Amino acid sequence: MKRHLLEAADLDRADATLVLDTAAQIDAALAGREVKKLPTLRGRTVVNLFYEDSTRTRISFELAAKRLSADVINFSAKGSSVSKGESLKDTALTLEAMGSDAIVVRHSASGAPHRLANWVRGSVVNAGDGTHEHPTQALLDAYTIRHRLGRLEGVRVAVVGDVLHSRVARSNVRLLHTLGAEVTLVAPPTLLPVGVGSWPAEVSYDLDAVLPKADVVMMLRVQAERMNASYFPSAREYSRRYGLDAHRMGALGDDAIVMHPGPMNRGMEIAAEVADSVRSTIVEQVGNGVSVRMAVLYLLLGGRAGE
Amino acid sequence: MSTLITGARPYGEDAADILVEDGRIAAIGASLSVPGADVVDAAGLVALPGLVDLHTHLREPGREDAETVETGSRAAALGGYTAVHAMANTDPVADTAGVVEQVWRLGQEAGLVDVVPVGAVTVGLRGERLAELGAMADSAARVRVFSDDGHCVADPALMRRALEYVKALDGVVAQHAEEPRLTVGAQMHEGDRSARLGLTGWPAAAEEAIIARDVLLADHVGARLHVCHVSTAGSVEILRWAKSRGVQVTAEVTPHHLLLTDECAEGYDPVFKVNPPLRTDADVEALRAGLAEGVIDAVATDHAPHAVEDKETEWAHARPGMLGLEQALSVVVATMLETGRLDWRGVADRMSTRPAAIGRLDGRGLEAHGRPLAPGEPANLLLLDPGARAVVDPAALASRSRNSPYAGRELPGRVVATFLRGVPTVLDGKAQK
Amino acid sequence: MARTTEHAHGDAASPSAVLSAADVTRVVDRMAHQLIEKCAGDDGRADVVLVGIPTRGAPLARRLAARVEAFSGFPVDVGTVDITLYRDDLRMRGVRALEETVLPEGGIDGRLVVLVDDVLYSGRSVRAALDALRDLGRPRAVQLAVLVDRGHRELPIRADYVGKNLPTSRSQSVRVRLAEVDGEDAVLVTGGEQ
Repeated sequence: MKRHLLEAADLDRADATLVLDTAAQIDAALAGREVKKLPTLRGRTVVNLFYEDSTRTRISFELAAKRLSADVINFSAKGSSVSKGESLKDTALTLEAMGSDAIVVRHSASGAPHRLANWVRGSVVNAGDGTHEHPTQALLDAYTIRHRLGRLEGVRVAVVGDVLHSRVARSNVRLLHTLGAEVTLVAPPTLLPVGVGSWPAEVSYDLDAVLPKADVVMMLRVQAERMNASYFPSAREYSRRYGLDAHRMGALGDDAIVMHPGPMNRGMEIAAEVADSVRSTIVEQVGNGVSVRMAVLYLLLGGRAGE
Repeated sequence: MSTLITGARPYGEDAADILVEDGRIAAIGASLSVPGADVVDAAGLVALPGLVDLHTHLREPGREDAETVETGSRAAALGGYTAVHAMANTDPVADTAGVVEQVWRLGQEAGLVDVVPVGAVTVGLRGERLAELGAMADSAARVRVFSDDGHCVADPALMRRALEYVKALDGVVAQHAEEPRLTVGAQMHEGDRSARLGLTGWPAAAEEAIIARDVLLADHVGARLHVCHVSTAGSVEILRWAKSRGVQVTAEVTPHHLLLTDECAEGYDPVFKVNPPLRTDADVEALRAGLAEGVIDAVATDHAPHAVEDKETEWAHARPGMLGLEQALSVVVATMLETGRLDWRGVADRMSTRPAAIGRLDGRGLEAHGRPLAPGEPANLLLLDPGARAVVDPAALASRSRNSPYAGRELPGRVVATFLRGVPTVLDGKAQK
Repeated sequence: MARTTEHAHGDAASPSAVLSAADVTRVVDRMAHQLIEKCAGDDGRADVVLVGIPTRGAPLARRLAARVEAFSGFPVDVGTVDITLYRDDLRMRGVRALEETVLPEGGIDGRLVVLVDDVLYSGRSVRAALDALRDLGRPRAVQLAVLVDRGHRELPIRADYVGKNLPTSRSQSVRVRLAEVDGEDAVLVTGGEQ
């Protein structure tokens, strides 16, 4: 494992598998236990540095760190020196001086975790940067797929929605490819980046053509504001062409699952009856997020031989 | 007062002595001997006319923490320049005779290069109404190049009027070609890398669309157009087409667009953030070919100093721009001369003769720039050690800023001396002021 | 297929075998007898849970259970407890892949747990295992069985069942090899002065 987890490409197949296996072992070790706490990272300090509001991701990382007995500091941009104009670098050096061992960073600017990694000695974990990546989300998605379907090799995953602005899509394309899955991106051409042709994924504009062959359908959040920038004509048209409703769900194979990284726009990209169906892994994904993040923190912070 | 430069190779050709007297080249020949003259031993060094930059940001007035006319002038002299055009996007903007005269005067006081102010095309660079172009042209600064650089004159009607109006001033509009609606939030070249890095793309078409529009407008009204920092293969094609039709268009390319590509964005280090952005290998190839062919007339630095806090930050929050004055000639040697695309006369043409002609600096008597190395011409020249190679150390630069994209890179060629009207501004690689 | 012998501390000094495959079998048998003698009730049934510490403690626990079962005629519960997440030397030794924690149905509450490991050295692994057990339930009592006790304790811990006491110097390395993991049974000592 590298010292930081900045993007899915930081993980080769062996590393990614190690994270998933470790998460599974942690899950098994904690299953049914009264004491859901391990002493592993006692005395280590994990800082959650969140420049964007994301309660669910922050709580997930916080729980993961606390279950490993790390000390957790939540450093939110709002109401802190950050909002008073302190630079990312100065914040990084401050946290460094306070002895943080890992910084979990969420930032609206793509590449901010890469910058941070240049300025601190500890590990940096990307918890979502701009429209770049969100590697732990991809890890928990891969974990969920493997758990549900028993494998990743050859699994056909359709990623549907606003790929252009999605860090979840970028991380998933890279990680799922690394792990042997076959990804198809489905979106209107306006919501696919120029250059998507160089990604290790197929591209389709036609959701109905893709669904029957998919083992996994991963719906991405689509923000209605995109409509104002002419990415699509109306929410209704988007939903009609790219939304997953009960009728479309009927085209899926028997064992196919439906995923969503959350938060959902029910009625926009996903219908309520789909989100609440037995195919849906949406709640499961949240729980798996904690195990996967525990595995990541353990593997990054546990220490390296000879250090 | 006279200076004898011995053993230099004008344009990289046969060694000769160059006698400088009263600010002019008095003679060029073998074994000149002048009692009492200061002797500069230039054995093995290449002599070129002093370089002329069409595109420099000196930041004064307004951001003296990033650069001043004096520090920028020193960087220019060390790079072999004897004249630089100072862009108008200062604070206040150089959109009045008062501001351009102030910049011009600061340049004269620094005395290291001739600082030639560029005037803004529109008031406050806002692209709404024309600045008083005539007043700036008639001022002591004698402005001939007008540009809203940093901003595109996007309104086609306003651009047409600007092109027409400066005809009366023997001026030229230097356009920053960027269709603003296509580059909202743009961070880097739009392509495979921007898609992967999650940085909003700056499409080549946003530059090419404006250049295509502007050459048609320039043709229509019979005016001169200059295109700043051409960065794409498509732009080169449009320029080639326009020139073949006789449109009065000239263009410049920056050293960084001749050398670097969008690969530099990989680590999100904003020192590589620049506008227009670094493009692809194919674009670099087309730009080199266009410069060699003459479709692109000039190399211009777009020297853009930025304070540390404007660069040591998130990519999206960083200001675009990079230093260029001190390494421009080295980059051209590496990309154009050592690759056999230009000889030394070609380098002199693209970095001195043509930019001076575009800026109308070439016919001003002793104040002229871009003149050949010949008896009777102003003694603006540089001496270069072409065999020297050095790793660029930003801390050693004369610029007040440190945002050099060439940090850690080994580049060929070292400017040993620069003379401005016979007076050494640089000797032994050191600025004389 | 027999694997060639590998050593983590492979150096010029060739390893010397202190226990052969036959010795290992004999030692495990003796430990099984001791265990029955100490733990069995009047009916000869040893009501214990043998919990192995991975890697080699786990197969060792299974072997021991099989022998106890063979000698006493009663089945014995077996489990494993991975101590990786309880170690206090992660910083020095680096992370490693986790191994399984498996407990018999019904858990360990109120039971007599015998921890099983291959080598007892500093005692830190055993301490970690005790911490892990505490999070897994509340045994009536915990005992310790080790194949080799090589001394140099750093904690007040001692074994209840010892296959072989093996005085060593700290510069030496003791390697227990088990067929399930290494393809052969042996106990080797390398390095230092023997």
